[in-house]
Amino acid sequence: MNNVVQGLQLMPISYYISFCSILFVIGMIGVLIKRNALVIFMSIELMLNSINLLLAAFSVYHNDPAGQILVIFIMVVAAAEVAVGLSILVVTYRKNNSIDVNLLNQLKG
Amino acid sequence: MEKYIFFTLSGLAIFSAIMVLVSKRPVHSVLYLILCFFTIAGHYIMLNAQFLAVVHIIVYAGAIMVLFLFTLMLLNLNLANELRKSILARVTAVIAGGLLLVTLVAVLKGLDASGPIMANTQIGMTTNIGKVLFNEYMFPFEAASVLFLAAMVGAVMMVKKE
Repeated sequence: MNNVVQGLQLMPISYYISFCSILFVIGMIGVLIKRNALVIFMSIELMLNSINLLLAAFSVYHNDPAGQILVIFIMVVAAAEVAVGLSILVVTYRKNNSIDVNLLNQLKG
Repeated sequence: MEKYIFFTLSGLAIFSAIMVLVSKRPVHSVLYLILCFFTIAGHYIMLNAQFLAVVHIIVYAGAIMVLFLFTLMLLNLNLANELRKSILARVTAVIAGGLLLVTLVAVLKGLDASGPIMANTQIGMTTNIGKVLFNEYMFPFEAASVLFLAAMVGAVMMVKKE
């Protein structure tokens, strides 16, 4: 298992920067153009994932495990965020029969 | 060889990420998102971050996607009341995203970090991650469990009917 990628010359970090930027921007566009709150959550997951991958790439590049530990914590927070966010969504749906984000302004109370 | 793997994985990831936004039905979006997560797990394996790759598959493809699918089936959405923003808002969003991409790439390209990265690094192995996690990052690790408990209690409290 230790030798899975041995002998592979890994890609330059700038390739990872470009790839992760593209993924992040796709997620951002998704947040901006969608009105379905569920798809907006998926776009947020995409953005978090691109950041995670870039952190892991930099951690390997600098040979420092702190980046990968941070990735684990980001995953933890993302999982908690999705659980709470989806429960808010379910409550909103029960109330309005819709998950349009424009209706979420009633969260102001 | 590694170039082909990298570009195949990246192309597949970007394609499925775009399909998440383009597809009309939310179920298809979820399925494309799972594909995207698997390609990112492949990227982790390419980086020799094996623990992260496995955790990524378990947490995202296993837990979060199941949560999404369950919510989707619970909500019982139909295509008839598909909500769309105006064409002007969508075009503006895409232009803004493109500008952000250009800015990000232009700024980060200037980094003096274009050399090839070491392939034989062992920091991504479970042993090393575990040693660091349970020595230097012991307190954040325990705090994360409290966060999970709070999230769980919050989610249950929120959806409970009065």
